[in-house]
Amino acid sequence: MPVESLKCKECGTAYELDARYVCENCFGPLEVAYDFSGLDATEVKRRIQAGSQGIWRYRDFLPFKGRATDPLEPGLTPLLKAERLAERLGVDAEIWIKNDAANPTHSFKDRVVAVAVAKAKELGFDTVACASTGNLANAVAAHAAAAGLDSYVFVPANLEEQKLLATGVYGTNLVGVRGNYDDVNRLCTQLAEIHPWAFVNVNLRPYYAEGSKTLAYETVEQLGWQLPDRVVSPIASGSLFTKLARGFQEWLDLGLVCGEQPAFNGAQAEGCSPVATAFAEGWEVCKPQRPETIAKSLAIGDPADGPYAVEQARRSGGGVDSVTDQEIREGIKLLAETTGIFTETAGGVTVGVLRKLAERGEIAAGERVVVYITGEGLKTLDATRDTFQMHEIDPALESFEAEFPQEVAV
Amino acid sequence: MPVTVKIPTQLRAATGGQAELEVEGGTVGEVLDAVFDAHGGLRDRITQDGDLRRFVNVYVSGEDIRFQQGLETSINDGDEVTILPAVAGG
Repeated sequence: MPVESLKCKECGTAYELDARYVCENCFGPLEVAYDFSGLDATEVKRRIQAGSQGIWRYRDFLPFKGRATDPLEPGLTPLLKAERLAERLGVDAEIWIKNDAANPTHSFKDRVVAVAVAKAKELGFDTVACASTGNLANAVAAHAAAAGLDSYVFVPANLEEQKLLATGVYGTNLVGVRGNYDDVNRLCTQLAEIHPWAFVNVNLRPYYAEGSKTLAYETVEQLGWQLPDRVVSPIASGSLFTKLARGFQEWLDLGLVCGEQPAFNGAQAEGCSPVATAFAEGWEVCKPQRPETIAKSLAIGDPADGPYAVEQARRSGGGVDSVTDQEIREGIKLLAETTGIFTETAGGVTVGVLRKLAERGEIAAGERVVVYITGEGLKTLDATRDTFQMHEIDPALESFEAEFPQEVAV
Repeated sequence: MPVTVKIPTQLRAATGGQAELEVEGGTVGEVLDAVFDAHGGLRDRITQDGDLRRFVNVYVSGEDIRFQQGLETSINDGDEVTILPAVAGG
Protein backbone atom coordinates (compact mmCIF):
# COMPACT_ATOMS: atom_id res chain seq x y z
CA MET A 1 0.00 0.00 0.00
CA PRO A 2 1.31 3.47 -0.87
CA VAL A 3 0.99 5.03 2.62
CA GLU A 4 4.38 6.17 3.84
CA SER A 5 4.53 8.45 6.88
CA LEU A 6 3.05 11.42 8.68
CA LYS A 7 4.43 14.70 7.42
CA CYS A 8 4.17 18.27 8.74
CA LYS A 9 2.16 20.44 6.35
CA GLU A 10 4.21 23.47 7.38
CA CYS A 11 7.84 22.33 7.58
CA GLY A 12 7.80 18.85 6.04
CA THR A 13 9.26 16.94 9.01
CA ALA A 14 8.32 13.25 8.72
CA TYR A 15 7.07 11.02 11.55
CA GLU A 16 6.13 7.37 12.03
CA LEU A 17 2.52 6.39 11.37
CA ASP A 18 1.43 6.48 15.02
CA ALA A 19 -1.06 8.44 17.13
CA ARG A 20 0.23 11.98 16.77
CA TYR A 21 -1.01 15.12 15.07
CA VAL A 22 1.35 18.01 15.82
CA CYS A 23 4.84 18.72 14.51
CA GLU A 24 7.30 18.96 17.37
CA ASN A 25 9.46 21.42 15.44
CA CYS A 26 6.95 24.03 14.33
CA PHE A 27 3.62 22.99 15.88
CA GLY A 28 2.11 22.61 12.40
CA PRO A 29 -0.51 19.96 11.58
CA LEU A 30 0.59 16.52 10.43
CA GLU A 31 -0.85 14.95 7.30
CA VAL A 32 -0.56 11.44 5.88
CA ALA A 33 2.03 11.19 3.09
CA TYR A 34 1.86 8.56 0.34
CA ASP A 35 4.04 7.38 -2.48
CA PHE A 36 1.71 6.68 -5.39
CA SER A 37 4.55 6.25 -7.90
CA GLY A 38 4.19 2.45 -7.86
CA LEU A 39 0.51 2.57 -8.83
CA ASP A 40 -0.74 1.89 -12.32
CA ALA A 41 -3.85 3.96 -13.10
CA THR A 42 -5.59 1.23 -15.12
CA GLU A 43 -4.95 -1.37 -12.46
CA VAL A 44 -6.12 1.00 -9.68
CA LYS A 45 -9.31 1.77 -11.58
CA ARG A 46 -10.01 -1.92 -11.97
CA ARG A 47 -9.44 -2.49 -8.24
CA ILE A 48 -11.80 0.37 -7.38
CA GLN A 49 -14.55 -0.91 -9.66
CA ALA A 50 -14.20 -4.44 -8.32
CA GLY A 51 -14.04 -3.18 -4.74
CA SER A 52 -16.57 -2.98 -1.96
CA GLN A 53 -19.70 -0.80 -2.17
CA GLY A 54 -18.33 1.90 0.08
CA ILE A 55 -15.22 3.82 1.06
CA TRP A 56 -12.92 0.81 1.23
CA ARG A 57 -13.02 0.51 -2.57
CA TYR A 58 -10.52 3.41 -2.39
CA ARG A 59 -8.14 1.61 -0.05
CA ASP A 60 -5.10 2.45 -2.19
CA PHE A 61 -5.62 6.06 -1.10
CA LEU A 62 -6.28 5.45 2.58
CA PRO A 63 -3.68 5.36 5.38
CA PHE A 64 -3.34 1.62 5.95
CA LYS A 65 -0.66 -0.87 5.09
CA GLY A 66 -2.95 -3.84 5.65
CA ARG A 67 -6.54 -4.52 4.62
CA ALA A 68 -8.42 -2.27 7.01
CA THR A 69 -12.18 -2.52 7.11
CA ASP A 70 -15.10 -1.70 9.37
CA PRO A 71 -18.48 -3.21 10.12
CA LEU A 72 -20.54 -0.10 9.17
CA GLU A 73 -19.00 0.71 5.84
CA PRO A 74 -20.13 4.20 4.77
CA GLY A 75 -19.88 5.74 1.33
CA LEU A 76 -21.20 5.40 -2.23
CA THR A 77 -23.98 7.79 -1.33
CA PRO A 78 -26.25 9.06 -4.13
CA LEU A 79 -25.18 11.82 -6.50
CA LEU A 80 -28.38 13.26 -7.94
CA LYS A 81 -28.91 15.68 -10.77
CA ALA A 82 -31.11 18.47 -9.42
CA GLU A 83 -32.81 19.91 -12.50
CA ARG A 84 -35.70 21.47 -10.61
CA LEU A 85 -33.29 23.16 -8.22
CA ALA A 86 -31.30 24.58 -11.15
CA GLU A 87 -34.55 25.83 -12.63
CA ARG A 88 -35.64 27.53 -9.40
CA LEU A 89 -32.20 29.15 -9.14
CA GLY A 90 -32.50 30.33 -12.72
CA VAL A 91 -29.18 28.90 -13.80
CA ASP A 92 -28.42 27.17 -17.06
CA ALA A 93 -26.03 24.80 -15.36
CA GLU A 94 -25.92 21.20 -14.16
CA ILE A 95 -26.48 21.13 -10.41
CA TRP A 96 -25.66 17.82 -8.71
CA ILE A 97 -26.44 17.02 -5.09
CA LYS A 98 -24.11 14.64 -3.30
CA ASN A 99 -26.43 13.41 -0.57
CA ASP A 100 -24.08 12.30 2.17
CA ALA A 101 -26.89 12.12 4.68
CA ALA A 102 -27.30 8.63 3.19
CA ASN A 103 -24.61 7.18 5.44
CA PRO A 104 -25.00 4.82 8.44
CA THR A 105 -25.42 7.64 10.99
CA HIS A 106 -26.75 10.12 8.43
CA SER A 107 -23.80 12.43 7.91
CA PHE A 108 -20.44 12.54 6.11
CA LYS A 109 -18.76 11.99 9.48
CA ASP A 110 -19.17 8.23 9.01
CA ARG A 111 -16.40 8.40 6.41
CA VAL A 112 -13.83 9.99 8.68
CA VAL A 113 -14.82 7.92 11.68
CA ALA A 114 -14.65 4.63 9.77
CA VAL A 115 -11.04 5.45 8.90
CA ALA A 116 -10.17 6.70 12.40
CA VAL A 117 -11.73 3.74 14.21
CA ALA A 118 -9.99 1.26 11.90
CA LYS A 119 -6.72 3.08 12.66
CA ALA A 120 -7.46 3.07 16.41
CA LYS A 121 -7.91 -0.71 16.27
CA GLU A 122 -4.74 -1.16 14.24
CA LEU A 123 -2.78 0.92 16.77
CA GLY A 124 -4.18 -1.15 19.64
CA PHE A 125 -6.47 1.38 21.35
CA ASP A 126 -9.46 0.03 23.25
CA THR A 127 -11.19 3.40 23.72
CA VAL A 128 -12.11 6.02 21.14
CA ALA A 129 -13.25 9.57 21.82
CA CYS A 130 -14.03 12.85 20.08
CA ALA A 131 -14.89 16.52 20.42
CA SER A 132 -18.04 17.01 18.40
CA THR A 133 -20.65 19.47 17.21
CA GLY A 134 -23.09 16.56 16.93
CA ASN A 135 -22.71 14.55 13.76
CA LEU A 136 -19.31 13.26 14.78
CA ALA A 137 -20.77 12.26 18.15
CA ASN A 138 -23.36 10.08 16.41
CA ALA A 139 -20.74 8.48 14.21
CA VAL A 140 -18.13 7.82 16.91
CA ALA A 141 -20.70 6.30 19.26
CA ALA A 142 -22.07 4.05 16.51
CA HIS A 143 -18.78 2.92 15.00
CA ALA A 144 -17.31 2.26 18.47
CA ALA A 145 -20.36 0.15 19.31
CA ALA A 146 -20.03 -1.79 16.06
CA ALA A 147 -16.31 -2.34 16.59
CA GLY A 148 -16.67 -3.31 20.26
CA LEU A 149 -14.64 -0.38 21.58
CA ASP A 150 -15.42 1.85 24.56
CA SER A 151 -16.12 5.46 23.71
CA TYR A 152 -16.29 8.93 25.22
CA VAL A 153 -18.09 11.58 23.24
CA PHE A 154 -17.72 15.25 24.22
CA VAL A 155 -20.23 17.79 22.91
CA PRO A 156 -21.47 21.27 23.86
CA ALA A 157 -24.22 20.59 26.42
CA ASN A 158 -26.71 22.80 24.53
CA LEU A 159 -26.67 20.67 21.36
CA GLU A 160 -29.87 19.82 19.45
CA GLU A 161 -31.81 17.16 21.37
CA GLN A 162 -32.01 14.93 18.29
CA LYS A 163 -28.22 14.74 18.10
CA LEU A 164 -27.90 13.94 21.80
CA LEU A 165 -30.51 11.16 21.56
CA ALA A 166 -28.95 9.75 18.39
CA THR A 167 -25.64 9.51 20.25
CA GLY A 168 -26.69 8.21 23.66
CA VAL A 169 -28.61 5.32 22.14
CA TYR A 170 -25.36 3.56 21.17
CA GLY A 171 -24.30 3.17 24.81
CA THR A 172 -21.42 5.62 24.73
CA ASN A 173 -20.22 7.84 27.57
CA LEU A 174 -21.92 11.03 26.39
CA VAL A 175 -20.37 14.10 28.02
CA GLY A 176 -22.14 17.46 27.63
CA VAL A 177 -19.65 20.24 28.29
CA ARG A 178 -20.97 23.59 29.51
CA GLY A 179 -19.33 25.68 26.81
CA ASN A 180 -19.12 26.03 23.04
CA TYR A 181 -17.40 23.67 20.60
CA ASP A 182 -14.06 25.45 20.89
CA ASP A 183 -14.17 24.92 24.67
CA VAL A 184 -14.94 21.24 24.10
CA ASN A 185 -12.08 20.99 21.64
CA ARG A 186 -9.62 22.59 24.04
CA LEU A 187 -10.70 20.23 26.81
CA CYS A 188 -10.26 17.22 24.51
CA THR A 189 -6.81 18.43 23.44
CA GLN A 190 -5.87 18.45 27.13
CA LEU A 191 -7.55 15.10 27.85
CA ALA A 192 -5.71 13.52 24.91
CA GLU A 193 -2.45 14.27 26.74
CA ILE A 194 -3.35 12.29 29.82
CA HIS A 195 -5.66 9.48 28.68
CA PRO A 196 -4.50 6.63 26.46
CA TRP A 197 -7.49 7.07 24.14
CA ALA A 198 -7.82 7.51 20.43
CA PHE A 199 -9.44 10.92 20.04
CA VAL A 200 -10.49 10.63 16.41
CA ASN A 201 -10.17 14.35 15.70
CA VAL A 202 -7.24 15.08 17.99
CA ASN A 203 -4.42 12.53 18.16
CA LEU A 204 -5.82 10.51 15.20
CA ARG A 205 -6.80 13.57 13.20
CA PRO A 206 -4.31 13.05 10.34
CA TYR A 207 -5.91 9.65 9.58
CA TYR A 208 -9.47 10.75 10.31
CA ALA A 209 -9.22 13.65 7.85
CA GLU A 210 -8.20 11.25 5.06
CA GLY A 211 -11.70 9.77 5.12
CA SER A 212 -13.08 12.96 3.58
CA LYS A 213 -11.10 12.34 0.38
CA THR A 214 -13.49 9.51 -0.45
CA LEU A 215 -16.19 12.13 -1.14
CA ALA A 216 -14.00 13.52 -3.92
CA TYR A 217 -13.26 10.07 -5.37
CA GLU A 218 -16.95 9.16 -5.40
CA THR A 219 -17.85 12.41 -7.09
CA VAL A 220 -15.41 11.69 -9.91
CA GLU A 221 -16.51 8.08 -10.26
CA GLN A 222 -20.22 8.95 -10.21
CA LEU A 223 -19.73 11.68 -12.83
CA GLY A 224 -18.33 9.01 -15.15
CA TRP A 225 -14.66 9.62 -14.26
CA GLN A 226 -14.91 13.34 -14.76
CA LEU A 227 -14.32 16.35 -12.54
CA PRO A 228 -16.96 18.93 -11.68
CA ASP A 229 -16.31 22.56 -12.67
CA ARG A 230 -17.32 23.85 -9.26
CA VAL A 231 -17.97 22.43 -5.82
CA VAL A 232 -19.95 24.02 -3.01
CA SER A 233 -19.13 22.61 0.41
CA PRO A 234 -19.78 23.66 4.00
CA ILE A 235 -16.83 24.77 6.10
CA ALA A 236 -16.57 24.12 9.82
CA SER A 237 -12.95 23.22 10.64
CA GLY A 238 -12.05 23.41 6.94
CA SER A 239 -10.90 19.80 6.86
CA LEU A 240 -13.54 18.46 4.44
CA PHE A 241 -13.03 21.44 2.12
CA THR A 242 -9.27 20.95 1.87
CA LYS A 243 -9.44 17.16 1.67
CA LEU A 244 -11.87 17.31 -1.26
CA ALA A 245 -9.16 19.22 -3.11
CA ARG A 246 -6.54 16.72 -2.07
CA GLY A 247 -8.67 13.82 -3.29
CA PHE A 248 -9.18 15.42 -6.71
CA GLN A 249 -5.46 16.25 -6.92
CA GLU A 250 -4.33 12.71 -6.14
CA TRP A 251 -6.46 11.38 -8.98
CA LEU A 252 -5.30 14.09 -11.36
CA ASP A 253 -1.67 13.32 -10.52
CA LEU A 254 -2.19 9.61 -11.03
CA GLY A 255 -4.04 10.16 -14.32
CA LEU A 256 -7.26 8.56 -13.11
CA VAL A 257 -9.05 11.70 -14.25
CA CYS A 258 -8.12 14.54 -16.60
CA GLY A 259 -8.80 18.23 -16.40
CA GLU A 260 -8.44 20.87 -13.74
CA GLN A 261 -9.34 21.30 -10.10
CA PRO A 262 -12.86 22.69 -9.75
CA ALA A 263 -13.51 26.13 -8.30
CA PHE A 264 -14.06 25.69 -4.56
CA ASN A 265 -16.88 27.62 -2.90
CA GLY A 266 -17.08 27.35 0.88
CA ALA A 267 -20.23 27.91 2.90
CA GLN A 268 -20.46 29.24 6.44
CA ALA A 269 -23.17 30.61 8.69
CA GLU A 270 -22.98 34.35 9.27
CA GLY A 271 -23.06 33.70 13.02
CA CYS A 272 -19.87 31.65 12.75
CA SER A 273 -17.90 32.79 9.75
CA PRO A 274 -14.19 33.01 10.62
CA VAL A 275 -13.17 31.52 7.26
CA ALA A 276 -15.56 33.66 5.17
CA THR A 277 -14.32 36.74 7.04
CA ALA A 278 -10.66 35.87 6.48
CA PHE A 279 -11.39 35.30 2.79
CA ALA A 280 -13.24 38.61 2.44
CA GLU A 281 -10.58 40.56 4.34
CA GLY A 282 -7.64 39.01 2.51
CA TRP A 283 -6.19 37.52 5.71
CA GLU A 284 -3.98 34.44 5.80
CA VAL A 285 -5.20 33.38 9.22
CA CYS A 286 -8.65 33.24 10.71
CA LYS A 287 -9.61 35.40 13.65
CA PRO A 288 -11.59 33.22 16.06
CA GLN A 289 -15.25 34.00 16.68
CA ARG A 290 -17.82 33.09 19.32
CA PRO A 291 -20.48 31.16 17.36
CA GLU A 292 -24.09 32.28 17.41
CA THR A 293 -26.00 30.35 14.75
CA ILE A 294 -28.63 27.66 14.26
CA ALA A 295 -26.05 25.76 12.15
CA LYS A 296 -24.53 24.12 15.20
CA SER A 297 -22.75 21.44 13.23
CA LEU A 298 -20.69 24.21 11.60
CA ALA A 299 -20.22 26.22 14.79
CA ILE A 300 -16.45 26.10 15.07
CA GLY A 301 -15.16 29.56 15.92
CA ASP A 302 -11.50 28.58 15.77
CA PRO A 303 -11.16 26.33 12.70
CA ALA A 304 -8.04 24.15 12.66
CA ASP A 305 -7.77 24.09 8.87
CA GLY A 306 -9.08 27.62 8.39
CA PRO A 307 -5.90 29.02 6.78
CA TYR A 308 -5.74 26.10 4.32
CA ALA A 309 -9.41 26.49 3.44
CA VAL A 310 -8.89 30.20 2.67
CA GLU A 311 -5.89 29.31 0.50
CA GLN A 312 -7.85 26.62 -1.35
CA ALA A 313 -10.76 28.97 -2.10
CA ARG A 314 -8.36 31.62 -3.45
CA ARG A 315 -6.15 29.24 -5.41
CA SER A 316 -9.10 27.60 -7.16
CA GLY A 317 -10.81 30.83 -8.14
CA GLY A 318 -13.72 30.14 -5.81
CA GLY A 319 -14.65 31.88 -2.58
CA VAL A 320 -16.16 31.57 0.88
CA ASP A 321 -19.56 33.07 1.63
CA SER A 322 -21.82 33.19 4.64
CA VAL A 323 -25.61 33.18 5.04
CA THR A 324 -27.98 34.29 7.79
CA ASP A 325 -30.08 31.94 9.92
CA GLN A 326 -33.11 32.93 7.85
CA GLU A 327 -31.28 32.09 4.62
CA ILE A 328 -30.29 28.74 6.17
CA ARG A 329 -33.96 27.91 6.82
CA GLU A 330 -34.83 28.95 3.28
CA GLY A 331 -31.98 26.81 1.94
CA ILE A 332 -33.31 23.74 3.74
CA LYS A 333 -36.76 24.37 2.29
CA LEU A 334 -35.48 25.09 -1.22
CA LEU A 335 -33.58 21.79 -1.33
CA ALA A 336 -36.49 19.85 0.12
CA GLU A 337 -39.04 21.34 -2.27
CA THR A 338 -36.96 20.82 -5.41
CA THR A 339 -35.14 17.54 -4.75
CA GLY A 340 -36.99 15.67 -2.02
CA ILE A 341 -33.87 15.78 0.15
CA PHE A 342 -34.32 16.99 3.71
CA THR A 343 -31.04 18.32 5.05
CA GLU A 344 -29.94 19.67 8.37
CA THR A 345 -28.87 23.25 8.99
CA ALA A 346 -25.39 22.70 7.51
CA GLY A 347 -27.04 21.73 4.22
CA GLY A 348 -29.19 24.83 4.50
CA VAL A 349 -25.98 26.84 4.72
CA THR A 350 -24.58 25.15 1.64
CA VAL A 351 -27.73 25.58 -0.44
CA GLY A 352 -28.00 29.17 0.81
CA VAL A 353 -24.54 29.89 -0.54
CA LEU A 354 -25.35 28.11 -3.82
CA ARG A 355 -28.34 30.44 -4.15
CA LYS A 356 -26.13 33.47 -3.49
CA LEU A 357 -23.69 32.37 -6.19
CA ALA A 358 -26.59 31.93 -8.61
CA GLU A 359 -28.02 35.36 -7.74
CA ARG A 360 -24.64 36.99 -8.26
CA GLY A 361 -24.32 35.32 -11.65
CA GLU A 362 -21.21 33.41 -10.66
CA ILE A 363 -22.44 30.10 -12.00
CA ALA A 364 -21.68 30.06 -15.71
CA ALA A 365 -23.91 28.49 -18.34
CA GLY A 366 -23.09 24.84 -18.84
CA GLU A 367 -21.10 24.58 -15.62
CA ARG A 368 -21.24 21.33 -13.70
CA VAL A 369 -21.65 22.10 -10.01
CA VAL A 370 -21.54 19.54 -7.19
CA VAL A 371 -23.14 20.55 -3.89
CA TYR A 372 -22.16 18.58 -0.79
CA ILE A 373 -25.06 17.89 1.54
CA THR A 374 -23.35 16.57 4.64
CA GLY A 375 -26.16 15.81 7.07
CA GLU A 376 -29.77 14.81 7.66
CA GLY A 377 -32.71 17.12 8.33
CA LEU A 378 -34.21 14.91 11.04
CA LYS A 379 -31.26 15.88 13.27
CA THR A 380 -32.15 19.58 13.37
CA LEU A 381 -35.94 19.57 13.32
CA ASP A 382 -36.22 22.90 15.14
CA ALA A 383 -34.89 24.69 12.06
CA THR A 384 -38.03 23.76 10.11
CA ARG A 385 -40.51 24.53 12.87
CA ASP A 386 -42.95 27.29 11.88
CA THR A 387 -41.80 27.33 8.24
CA PHE A 388 -45.14 25.88 7.10
CA GLN A 389 -48.63 25.34 8.41
CA MET A 390 -50.52 22.13 8.96
CA HIS A 391 -54.20 22.14 7.96
CA GLU A 392 -56.15 20.62 10.84
CA ILE A 393 -59.62 19.38 9.97
CA ASP A 394 -62.39 17.12 11.28
CA PRO A 395 -62.69 13.64 9.76
CA ALA A 396 -65.47 14.80 7.46
CA LEU A 397 -65.63 15.58 3.75
CA GLU A 398 -67.12 19.02 4.30
CA SER A 399 -64.35 19.91 6.69
CA PHE A 400 -61.76 19.15 4.02
CA GLU A 401 -63.74 20.96 1.34
CA ALA A 402 -64.01 24.02 3.57
CA GLU A 403 -60.26 24.02 4.07
CA PHE A 404 -59.48 23.42 0.38
CA PRO A 405 -62.32 24.90 -1.65
CA GLN A 406 -61.98 23.62 -5.21
CA GLU A 407 -63.86 22.15 -8.12
CA VAL A 408 -64.59 18.51 -7.55
CA ALA A 409 -64.50 16.28 -10.60
CA VAL A 410 -67.16 13.59 -10.39
CA MET B 1 3.98 38.01 39.58
CA PRO B 2 4.59 34.25 39.54
CA VAL B 3 2.65 32.37 36.89
CA THR B 4 2.26 28.69 36.07
CA VAL B 5 2.72 27.89 32.38
CA LYS B 6 1.41 24.55 31.13
CA ILE B 7 3.52 22.98 28.39
CA PRO B 8 1.89 20.52 25.96
CA THR B 9 3.38 17.06 25.47
CA GLN B 10 4.71 17.95 22.02
CA LEU B 11 6.97 20.67 23.45
CA ARG B 12 8.28 18.87 26.51
CA ALA B 13 11.42 17.69 24.75
CA ALA B 14 12.46 21.35 24.84
CA THR B 15 11.74 21.71 28.59
CA GLY B 16 13.58 18.62 29.75
CA GLY B 17 10.27 16.83 30.15
CA GLN B 18 8.69 19.45 32.43
CA ALA B 19 4.91 19.81 32.03
CA GLU B 20 4.66 22.98 34.09
CA LEU B 21 6.97 25.95 34.46
CA GLU B 22 6.90 28.69 37.08
CA VAL B 23 7.94 32.09 35.69
CA GLU B 24 7.36 35.80 36.32
CA GLY B 25 5.54 38.24 34.04
CA GLY B 26 2.76 40.83 33.90
CA THR B 27 1.56 40.06 30.36
CA VAL B 28 1.39 36.95 28.20
CA GLY B 29 4.30 38.30 26.12
CA GLU B 30 6.45 38.78 29.22
CA VAL B 31 5.53 35.33 30.50
CA LEU B 32 6.50 33.71 27.20
CA ASP B 33 9.78 35.67 27.09
CA ALA B 34 10.58 34.34 30.56
CA VAL B 35 9.78 30.82 29.36
CA PHE B 36 12.07 31.27 26.33
CA ASP B 37 14.85 32.60 28.60
CA ALA B 38 14.66 29.40 30.63
CA HIS B 39 14.24 27.05 27.66
CA GLY B 40 15.68 28.61 24.51
CA GLY B 41 14.53 25.75 22.27
CA LEU B 42 10.90 26.76 22.68
CA ARG B 43 11.13 30.18 21.05
CA ASP B 44 11.36 29.03 17.43
CA ARG B 45 8.91 26.22 17.95
CA ILE B 46 6.03 28.47 18.88
CA THR B 47 6.96 31.92 17.57
CA GLN B 48 8.05 33.32 14.23
CA ASP B 49 9.25 36.90 13.73
CA GLY B 50 8.10 37.82 17.23
CA ASP B 51 4.52 36.57 16.79
CA LEU B 52 2.91 33.32 17.77
CA ARG B 53 2.94 30.79 14.95
CA ARG B 54 -0.46 30.36 13.32
CA PHE B 55 -1.09 26.92 14.80
CA VAL B 56 -0.36 27.82 18.43
CA ASN B 57 -3.15 28.67 20.86
CA VAL B 58 -2.47 30.37 24.20
CA TYR B 59 -5.06 30.56 26.95
CA VAL B 60 -5.06 32.58 30.17
CA SER B 61 -7.12 30.67 32.72
CA GLY B 62 -9.02 28.94 29.92
CA GLU B 63 -9.67 32.06 27.80
CA ASP B 64 -8.12 32.30 24.31
CA ILE B 65 -5.82 35.38 24.25
CA ARG B 66 -7.08 36.27 20.77
CA PHE B 67 -10.38 37.23 22.43
CA GLN B 68 -8.36 39.47 24.74
CA GLN B 69 -5.31 41.60 23.95
CA GLY B 70 -3.14 38.89 22.40
CA LEU B 71 0.41 38.94 23.74
CA GLU B 72 -0.46 42.15 25.62
CA THR B 73 -3.12 40.34 27.67
CA SER B 74 -2.40 41.06 31.33
CA ILE B 75 -1.89 38.34 33.87
CA ASN B 76 -3.65 38.47 37.21
CA ASP B 77 -2.73 36.78 40.42
CA GLY B 78 -3.49 33.08 40.24
CA ASP B 79 -3.85 32.99 36.42
CA GLU B 80 -2.54 29.97 34.58
CA VAL B 81 -1.12 30.19 31.06
CA THR B 82 -1.76 27.16 28.81
CA ILE B 83 -0.08 26.56 25.45
CA LEU B 84 -1.90 24.12 23.16
CA PRO B 85 -1.76 23.02 19.53
CA ALA B 86 -4.42 24.69 17.37
CA VAL B 87 -4.70 21.83 14.93
CA ALA B 88 -7.31 19.65 16.61
CA GLY B 89 -11.01 19.29 16.02
CA GLY B 90 -13.61 19.50 13.33
